[in-house]
Amino acid sequence: MSKVRVLVGTRKGAFVLTSDGKRENWQVDGPHFSGWEMYHLKASPADPNRIYASQTSGWFGQVIQRSDDGGKTWHQPGTPPGEPTTGPGGTPKGESNKFVYDASRETGKPLTTHQFYDGTQHPWEFKRVWHLESSLTDPDTVYAGVEDAAIFKSTDGGKNWKELSGLRGHGTGPKWQPGAGGMCLHTIIIDPSNQKRMWIAISAAGAFRTEDGGETWTPINRGLKSQYIPDPNAEVGHCVHHIAMNPKRPGMLFMQKHWDVMRSDDAGDNWKEVSGNLPTDFGFVIDVHAHEPETIYVVPIKSDGEHFVHEGKLRVYRSKSGGNEWEALTKGLPQKDCYVNVLRDAMAVDSLDQCGIYFGTTGGQVYCSADEGDSWNPIVRDLPAVLSVEVQTLS
Amino acid sequence: MIRVVLPYHLRTLAHVGSEVQLEVPAPVTQRSVLDALEERYPMLRGTIRDHGTLQRRPFLRFFACEEDLSHESPDASLPEAVTSGKEPFIVIGAIAGG
Repeated sequence: MSKVRVLVGTRKGAFVLTSDGKRENWQVDGPHFSGWEMYHLKASPADPNRIYASQTSGWFGQVIQRSDDGGKTWHQPGTPPGEPTTGPGGTPKGESNKFVYDASRETGKPLTTHQFYDGTQHPWEFKRVWHLESSLTDPDTVYAGVEDAAIFKSTDGGKNWKELSGLRGHGTGPKWQPGAGGMCLHTIIIDPSNQKRMWIAISAAGAFRTEDGGETWTPINRGLKSQYIPDPNAEVGHCVHHIAMNPKRPGMLFMQKHWDVMRSDDAGDNWKEVSGNLPTDFGFVIDVHAHEPETIYVVPIKSDGEHFVHEGKLRVYRSKSGGNEWEALTKGLPQKDCYVNVLRDAMAVDSLDQCGIYFGTTGGQVYCSADEGDSWNPIVRDLPAVLSVEVQTLS
Repeated sequence: MIRVVLPYHLRTLAHVGSEVQLEVPAPVTQRSVLDALEERYPMLRGTIRDHGTLQRRPFLRFFACEEDLSHESPDASLPEAVTSGKEPFIVIGAIAGG
């Protein structure tokens, strides 16, 4: 019988929630890495027991953790304690937390600078890993989206990380700027029909696409409009909060921008707004039904000054037409005195016949709908603030 | 033998108890102690000092013999009580974050 495994990252540890395909009775395992901020956990589609986790702390920095047994045990995929840290010939061995930005090949100096809050140019400084995305076919290949915004790649199971610096180096870096949450690369999507094509998104730089596995990147922000950017044709600078895609329809993309829900039918070359009748089109999270590429879900948030749901009601909005026409999904969700947020990586869908939808809140609840959003039940109510939710559908 | 006391979260990462003991060649300084610590426990690289600059991370402090050594030169000799193993070199997380 099918099972689901939900991977939850919170401000104070990680949790693994499991259930059979009915999604009624849940086992809660955790906290793992208690006390640490767990920004994201992501499993390999090629090996469901391989899970990568981003463990981070303002005190101790970034660590990558890996499980090879479905989240029961974890280890840092670097050099074990007591072993020499250099191999034959003096080459350094892997360290799971070493994310070093590329420098200019010509000058050896920093590749580029970005715009800081005060408008001056500022060097890139590594803060943390926001998002991990495993290769669709190789469990040892994994990408990391980091703050300050860049994408790194590991091909040895997370031991060594190398920046794909064509993203920062393509020329618009000086116009990128941090949002309130920092300058983070938070979205990585791999095209299942052509793994050399990927999309990423950065707050606040915008969306980018590569066609060559990450060597070169193109900004894809045409059609985005942002109040704080006077130029309607600005190539970069937009605060994209999240992008989602149904793997069966690569190229049809949905975006929750700072304000505005957007849609692209040409792999990001052009975007149009599909906010329609949403009560507010500010938000962080967006996801797509596993079997219906035009059925999408968002959680509207009141405003960028008030990061909680509108009118004290926790409502998921669903559109079955790829946007513009939205219905509120409220059954089982609190409809008064609720003031939580749902962060950008905190929604996921399973691929069971009746698609399950999951999301976590800053109030520590993780909700599941086993009927495509029609009704909801809390799996857990009192976790630390939820940063990310991913789900695995296991046979 | 140099004694080093680590904060709780770094003990968990390194799978060690409250104190580790290290052989550190002279001269015994912050830098040589941390080099030896990271060589023995590679998973601690980047958690106490920045990978690139080797600067102390902002919310960590170094203490020994009831003195804050955080702003001492990394190449200054540590107190004799530390080099003799009588007192530990202490890495401590700053009280920050509310």
